[in-house]
Amino acid sequence: MSNIPETGRTPRVQTRLVIIQVLVVSLLLTLGGRLWYLQIRNGDEYADEANGNHVQRVVQPAVRGAILDARGVPLADNETRLVVSASRTELMKMKDDGEAVLTRLAGVLGMEPKEVMDKVRLCNAETPQPCWNGSPYQPIPVTDEATTQQALQIRERSEDFPGITAEPTAVRRYPAPVDARTSQVLGYLSPVTDEEIQKAKDTDSPYLRSDQVGRSGLERTYDKELRGQAGVTSYEVDKLGRVMGESESDPGVPGSNLVTSIDARVQAVAEAELHEAMKTARTQVDKITGRPYEADAGAVVVMESRTGRVIAMASQPDYDPNSWVGGISAKDYAKLTGKDSNYPLLNRAIQGQAAPGSIFKVVSASAAVRAGYDFNDRYNCSSSYSLGSRSFANFESQGHGPITLGEALKFSCNTVFYALGHQEWKRDGGIKPKKDAHDWFYRTAHDFGLGSETGIDLPNEVTGRIPDRQWKKDFWTANKDAWCKQGKKGGTYVEQIAYENCLEGNQLKAGDSINFSIGQGDILVTPIQMATAYAAISNGGTLYDPTIGKAVISPDGKKITEIPPTSHGRLPIGKKTIEDLDKGLLSVVGPGGTASWRFGGWPQDRIPMRAKTGTAQVYGKQTTSWFATYTDDYTIVMTISQGGTGSGASGPAVRNIYEAMYGLDEQGNQDLKRALLPAPQKGLPKISPDGTIDAPEIRPYVPPAPEDGTGTEVLAGPPARRD
Amino acid sequence: MTGAGGFSVSGYGPERGGLWARLSARDSVVRRLDWPLLLSALALSCIGSLLVWSATRGRTELNNGDPYHFLMRHSLNFGIGLVLMIATVWLGHRTLRGAVPVLYGLSVVLVLLVLTPLGATINGAHAWLVIGGLSLQPSEFTKVTIILSMAMMLAARVDAGDQLHPDHRTVAKSLAFAALPMGIVMLMPDLGSVMVMAVIVLGVLLASGASNRWILGLIGTGVGGAVLVAVLGLLDEYQINRFAAFANPELDPSGVGYNTNQARIAIGSGGLYGAGLFNGAQTTGQFVPEQQTDFIFTVAGEELGFVGAGLILFLLGVVMWRACRIARETTELYGTIVAAGIIAWFAFQSFENIGMAMGIMPVAGLPLPFVSYGGTSMFAVWIAVGLLQSIRVQKPISA
Repeated sequence: MSNIPETGRTPRVQTRLVIIQVLVVSLLLTLGGRLWYLQIRNGDEYADEANGNHVQRVVQPAVRGAILDARGVPLADNETRLVVSASRTELMKMKDDGEAVLTRLAGVLGMEPKEVMDKVRLCNAETPQPCWNGSPYQPIPVTDEATTQQALQIRERSEDFPGITAEPTAVRRYPAPVDARTSQVLGYLSPVTDEEIQKAKDTDSPYLRSDQVGRSGLERTYDKELRGQAGVTSYEVDKLGRVMGESESDPGVPGSNLVTSIDARVQAVAEAELHEAMKTARTQVDKITGRPYEADAGAVVVMESRTGRVIAMASQPDYDPNSWVGGISAKDYAKLTGKDSNYPLLNRAIQGQAAPGSIFKVVSASAAVRAGYDFNDRYNCSSSYSLGSRSFANFESQGHGPITLGEALKFSCNTVFYALGHQEWKRDGGIKPKKDAHDWFYRTAHDFGLGSETGIDLPNEVTGRIPDRQWKKDFWTANKDAWCKQGKKGGTYVEQIAYENCLEGNQLKAGDSINFSIGQGDILVTPIQMATAYAAISNGGTLYDPTIGKAVISPDGKKITEIPPTSHGRLPIGKKTIEDLDKGLLSVVGPGGTASWRFGGWPQDRIPMRAKTGTAQVYGKQTTSWFATYTDDYTIVMTISQGGTGSGASGPAVRNIYEAMYGLDEQGNQDLKRALLPAPQKGLPKISPDGTIDAPEIRPYVPPAPEDGTGTEVLAGPPARRD
Repeated sequence: MTGAGGFSVSGYGPERGGLWARLSARDSVVRRLDWPLLLSALALSCIGSLLVWSATRGRTELNNGDPYHFLMRHSLNFGIGLVLMIATVWLGHRTLRGAVPVLYGLSVVLVLLVLTPLGATINGAHAWLVIGGLSLQPSEFTKVTIILSMAMMLAARVDAGDQLHPDHRTVAKSLAFAALPMGIVMLMPDLGSVMVMAVIVLGVLLASGASNRWILGLIGTGVGGAVLVAVLGLLDEYQINRFAAFANPELDPSGVGYNTNQARIAIGSGGLYGAGLFNGAQTTGQFVPEQQTDFIFTVAGEELGFVGAGLILFLLGVVMWRACRIARETTELYGTIVAAGIIAWFAFQSFENIGMAMGIMPVAGLPLPFVSYGGTSMFAVWIAVGLLQSIRVQKPISA
């Protein structure tokens, strides 16, 4: 400015103006710095926060895949039900903890308010059922049986029902076609726990809070395949939760279908026959105890001999798998797990273990051959075998003179195996074993797959037990303190045993090896182990891992992942011995064999049947019935705890199963039209791209009329003795 | 030229050709306007229109379903503001100097009216006059009249050449004139406006050349008063919490803390380039309250990013830098004081508004000059621009 009057522009004012300018600049710089800090330095953090703010994730749970039988009949599938659930997190935000809302809800659902409130409370030690056992952050189902009317009322008046949802939800269903429950094999689901969510968080199949997880059976083994992956749709919402747009959407993957080797029809026959056999056994009086047989549990396995695939697997007692659907009630849970329940959740085909009795003799015969004895030499079948002062009897003390090992199987002669077992024990050094002891009998048992899991595709299979020298030592170490405390010289029987065990329970005694040779004593096996072993004899020596899963097929039927049969080894015997065993087992069904009285009229020429009966003694209980059989295609093993003799209790049931599969009548006439499965099922069921499954119609199983139950006996004559 | 002159626009000298020729003449007002200042202010208001539009087009509860409602209203206000600016330049600040007593009296009456049943509470602030369908915020005009009246008093004897600096008596008198409307506004209560006025008073005193004692005394009074309020516990805890929530949103998580937190998220999530106009999720989701007025800067931050929000800061900087130049270069103290008062006003109000949105200043309901929606504020701000331009274009008295 050219003309500054002296009055206006004093240095003071000039300085002050500079101060103002500096202040303005510093304020602007402060804002600029803060802006940089928020947007550039911490921008990502705020962007994340903004995302969390306005993105609402809606999870669409994947529909769980179906479990199908070998021909496509669904054993487990889903049905759509209207599920009304309450969100605890929402309810707890309300002043009255949601009481008003739940009372209104009860009114709509026609339930008592208390009932609804009880259902959504969390379980703890003091809370009686009903209460919610799952995660508190997951919507809690109040009912899965809402009507369309009720669901509409809840949805239309959503402002009256904050935190309440009514959604059509796919609910697991176990249709039990033709009454084939397949309970323990299928297993069950229950809500995922917080721990599992944490654990699976970073894996390739993380859980959602709403997920149901397979807890046992096939549902558990194939959980990952069946579960699929939930779809997640992210919606942009405003402050009030109104949806403004879809930001991203992950459609999810529906669960795949599992095709099993189970044939629902054969399964139904197996279940019905096992149940019937146990019912019949309970009408028979046990001559030893003088009481009717308890027949408290039983199992049957039907297996394809040449693949190890399981066609049917039944275990008694069983339960209705649907009782788990939608959360199990307290009453049902007690019925399934309580002390008096007899544990129907156990799959006794893979989790029940007992001494095998005489069906073990195929192992003993093989052991003898491995130890150098000729299968077809003659061995004395005396009426009893003496060991010092103790006498080991043949059943009902019948002797057969010198017989081959095949005949020893046929007559189920104990004393032949006693002698062989005892000799081997002595050759190995007796109580003080040689360094290079062969332990042929024990080793062969292990080599037949006993004492370890078969590797079936079901969870929690048990190993059974081979009481060899090592086991004796381990068992003694674990129990000697208790034995030594309880044991008393010259006391009661139990005290005397404890006393002896305390002193020398770590030794494998002569008596142990004698008992072991006929599958008695401390040995334990599972039905699936015996089925695997007998199937191996049948198929020429391959020990297959039993499988139930046959293929995993994508929901549109396009991607098929077959589950091929795998084996865990071969029998430790040559082809010749296998043939010898086979012949021996054939003769069991033939005239004079221990099972012949059960197979009168069986077309042995067309469908050769091999069998071995077993009756195992259990201290303090009635005998366990075992029956192991095979034809060219199939192996069936049945056992009934406290059920009596092998052929007596299990024989008719096993024969009925075969007859249904082959379409035979009592006289041995085959009607292929009636035959359920005259040859193993080949191929897989078709699943069309829209997800529908091409499943054949099936008819319920009608058991043969029991009119000539005595007739068969007359034909072959009643057994002269128990096996 | 003397008096209210300085304009060559109003019909003199037809021999010099048409209107365009006169406007484009070398010494014309249009030529002498501070164009960087004007263009920056215009740009700010244009950006403001877009931001107001973006912030309100989805708020159906406010715009009665018309997404253009606020845009139209804002543009109308903007237009009226421009007319007021032109009128101010036309009249000239020296003409207005004569009208200051009337304007001052009018503004005091208006703020007093707010305390009568004519006053209304809008958005939590009892600072409004609703007459007919029109709502006014008189305290916005009061900012202008405080500047003008104080400048008039402080500069009178200095510009007359009687004094080098205003004497104590003059300063005291001018402070008393400022204190009256400030006291009334305090009673509303509209603390935010009182704070702005206090800073204006400080700026005015600084530029007037008043003795340092007055400056320090004024600062001391402000700080002392705040301390006194805190120590005597005149405020309830929740009031203190609300005040402090800008720094720590946890103190008031559902109220102010929520707002500032959402505002910060909106700005922070913008990043370098922003989500794009109308694309801000925080904005379209209406997570930030009062977004067209107090929190308008969050729209810029989220949708235009560091680049766009930085541009707003830059334009505000240009406005204030030019205003400083005008304050320095004018020949009379009156103009210097008026310009300084306006600088203090713009600077503090912008700092408070933007600082609040970014969580470095406590929450107070103040609009961002030029940008925020709001008629009275827009009018006052453009009148202030008119004053600045008038100071710039007026030829020195003794030229």
